Amino acid sequence: MNLKSKETLIDVFASIKTEAEKRFGKIKGDSNQNIFIGMATCGLASGAIEVKRAFEEALAEQKINARVISVGCLGHCYAEPLVIIDKPGFPPILYHNVTPGKANLLVKAFLRGDDPVFEHVLGAMEENELIPTVMEFPRFNQEKRVVMGKCGLIDPEDIYQYIAQGGYSALAKALTLDPEQIIFEVLESGLRGRGGAGFLTGKKWQFVEDAEEKGKFVICNADEGDPGAYMDRAILESNPHQVIEGIAICAYAVGAKRAIVYVRAEYPLAVKIVQKAIEQARELGLLGKGILETQFDLDVTVFQGSGAFVCGEETALIRSIQGQRGMPQPRPPYPAQTGLWGKPTVINNVKTLASIPPIIEKGGKWLKGIGTKKSPGTAIFSVVGNIVHAGLVEIPMGVTLRSLVFDICGGVPNQKRFKAVQIGGPSGGCLPEQFLDTPIDFDSLTEAGAMMGSGGMVVMDENACMIDVARYFLDFTQHESCGKCTFCRIGTKHLLDTLERITKGKGRDGDIELLEDLSIDIKEGSLCGLGKTAPNPVLTTIEYFRDEYEAHIQEKRCPAMMCRELTAYYIDLDKCARGCDACVGSCPTESIFTTRDRKKAIDQTLCVKCGECMTACPSEYDAVRKVSPPELAPKIARPEEG
Amino acid sequence: MVTLIVDNKEIETQEGSTLLQACLDNGIYIPNLCYLNGIEDPPGSCRLCFVEIEGYDQPRTSCRVKVQQGMVVRTNTEHVRRLQKTAFELLLSTHHVECRNCPANKKCELQRIAKFLHFGLKLKRLEPLERDIEVEHEHPFLEYIPTRCVLCGKCVFVCRKRNGQPMLSFAKRGFDTVISFFGENDKPVDVCNECYACAEICPVGALLVKDSPNTSNPWKRGSFNDKGKCQTPLK
Repeated sequence: MNLKSKETLIDVFASIKTEAEKRFGKIKGDSNQNIFIGMATCGLASGAIEVKRAFEEALAEQKINARVISVGCLGHCYAEPLVIIDKPGFPPILYHNVTPGKANLLVKAFLRGDDPVFEHVLGAMEENELIPTVMEFPRFNQEKRVVMGKCGLIDPEDIYQYIAQGGYSALAKALTLDPEQIIFEVLESGLRGRGGAGFLTGKKWQFVEDAEEKGKFVICNADEGDPGAYMDRAILESNPHQVIEGIAICAYAVGAKRAIVYVRAEYPLAVKIVQKAIEQARELGLLGKGILETQFDLDVTVFQGSGAFVCGEETALIRSIQGQRGMPQPRPPYPAQTGLWGKPTVINNVKTLASIPPIIEKGGKWLKGIGTKKSPGTAIFSVVGNIVHAGLVEIPMGVTLRSLVFDICGGVPNQKRFKAVQIGGPSGGCLPEQFLDTPIDFDSLTEAGAMMGSGGMVVMDENACMIDVARYFLDFTQHESCGKCTFCRIGTKHLLDTLERITKGKGRDGDIELLEDLSIDIKEGSLCGLGKTAPNPVLTTIEYFRDEYEAHIQEKRCPAMMCRELTAYYIDLDKCARGCDACVGSCPTESIFTTRDRKKAIDQTLCVKCGECMTACPSEYDAVRKVSPPELAPKIARPEEG
Repeated sequence: MVTLIVDNKEIETQEGSTLLQACLDNGIYIPNLCYLNGIEDPPGSCRLCFVEIEGYDQPRTSCRVKVQQGMVVRTNTEHVRRLQKTAFELLLSTHHVECRNCPANKKCELQRIAKFLHFGLKLKRLEPLERDIEVEHEHPFLEYIPTRCVLCGKCVFVCRKRNGQPMLSFAKRGFDTVISFFGENDKPVDVCNECYACAEICPVGALLVKDSPNTSNPWKRGSFNDKGKCQTPLK
């Protein structure tokens, strides 16, 4: 780029930034009171709309002048709806589990009076002398936010807030560099694709940059589909501009003029927010023709995926955009050679692209300093299941599973024991307690039999039946198999049928070996990543919980007492109180009857094993027992009528 | 020309040819169902044509590999056979084996592969899987029997080749995938050119021509080409 246009670029961006700061200053001004409400999908699901309305009504009623601003997701799902109140004279304070009632109280007590209502405070967002900051909690201070740094703190629908906080300056900087320099920085950072496979991002870009063909594409893969994973959604809903900025830098580096954000249609809010973000960026000349008055053009559009999980696989994704059946193609050729409409195409995950602006701004070396040598940077997990502080966690690579589950996320609730953690979604594996000291990085997890995946993590306590867990994930992949190749289409069905049989007490000798043999062949023989990884939950549960499989098959016993066909409820007659009939009304099938000495018993032929009687039985008697195998339940005959 | 070594035998073949085609041309049979000579971008979906190639850890589907000078290939290793047998057994578990009543009997590709792999047509460790699909009776002169179909996709390919755009295609997904006829206004009769290329190419007798005064069954008549309708060579 010649010197003159470089200067224009810098001037143009400087004026945009000044405008953004001016506007942001008006919001953040010294005498303004601001209420930030987390309004991403997770917040909305836990009632943020009602909370917002309650704030607005209370403000109007009390005639208090304060701005209510919708922001994205902080990642602390266990505490949603989250609200930050920024009142002059106080640090910004984070409130958790805010209800309309609490909102009302906060307006009256804190905004009108000066009482921050300490019992509802999670922490202050800045250092101060009054309130402990959130950074004193491990859930905050052990995180390292590279990608999610601005999530939940800015309004995703206002591009100026992003720019005022340093946004798009990486793009402005990138446009003054040569494409080779950008790719060099990305290579140097060692950034690996965050979609799961962990391919070096810089290398992928290099392939596409090297391709001579014109009409290249950049695709942002936001077809997140793993059960229990929602990192991409949260990022797109909370800070879409960081992703768009990453896309623009990538497009400039590889020489693409068109980019597509492939979002699944089940993320309506993300679709809306990204579309709005693209429009805003275009209006400011940060996308479109002649970006920042340079020669660089980029057209970004949104494509909505129709819900097939396999379309997250890059070749299937491309076919889906082309209007064909979303079925994977064998690779090679890779999309970097022959991608969308036959053109060289970069396909990167949302988190990968969102990692780009910080790399350009702070340099590849900076990212390399975070995480481990072979897996630099941070990893974002959605930690769900039996966990105290569920939500999105961004940690440096190399942190151990133990520290993530117990230190950062607070461990397993209800004094239950930790049993296993399922990493990498349906393609991942279940790791038991002895793997808790495994560092979280691409290679260590693969070695342990799980995988990084896109970042879903399900924590399970002692009540989880591992065969049922494997069955659950197989049920998912089997339903999501596209049906193209033999191994995945038919093989996963056999795996699922066998697992179902085992959970129903119809397991046979040789089933474990059949599952293992089939799994290995499916892994080796399948065409795409879906089939190649689908057996992982089966293989890892067999490897680490073989005794549970054997108990199911040989003793028809479910050690976790989860499989219905293998359990039974009975009432301990020594504990049952004569005359009490608390359980009788709770039973939906009228299977509880009165014995000769006026105690209660369960007719096993009618019982559907819902467990309602166990809940209904007063705790001072605690007479209902659950056993496996069902034969352990004593048989008590119903007294004859009359 | 390119020379390569397959099972310790030196063979010559055209540059740009697929490894599978090169082997087949030289009399080395590799089980396959979804591959057709000349098919652009082979689907690689039947997962039968595995071979081991020196320099690669894992067996690869030979239909997706282009020949290279000096390539060393083995088609009959234990690993290859294991994957082929599993893939074949999986296909067999969804295939109604009633050879005696099947018009494809003795011409069926599954019979050929079973013989080649010394596998037999009985399931050894898997249970037969039933698919809840109805037989397609809508079509005026074609009959589709999903319980025989191995979803190789050859019918879709030849139909596209013959008619510009396919008049039958894959429908539904995953385990429920079937071949389905369609056309404008969903009336198959309007668009099908009655070339029967699909029924002719079907390796397992899953697509049949209905008996009617105007049509005749290529399976019953032995060679389909007698009818003179297959004038476009399949390359």
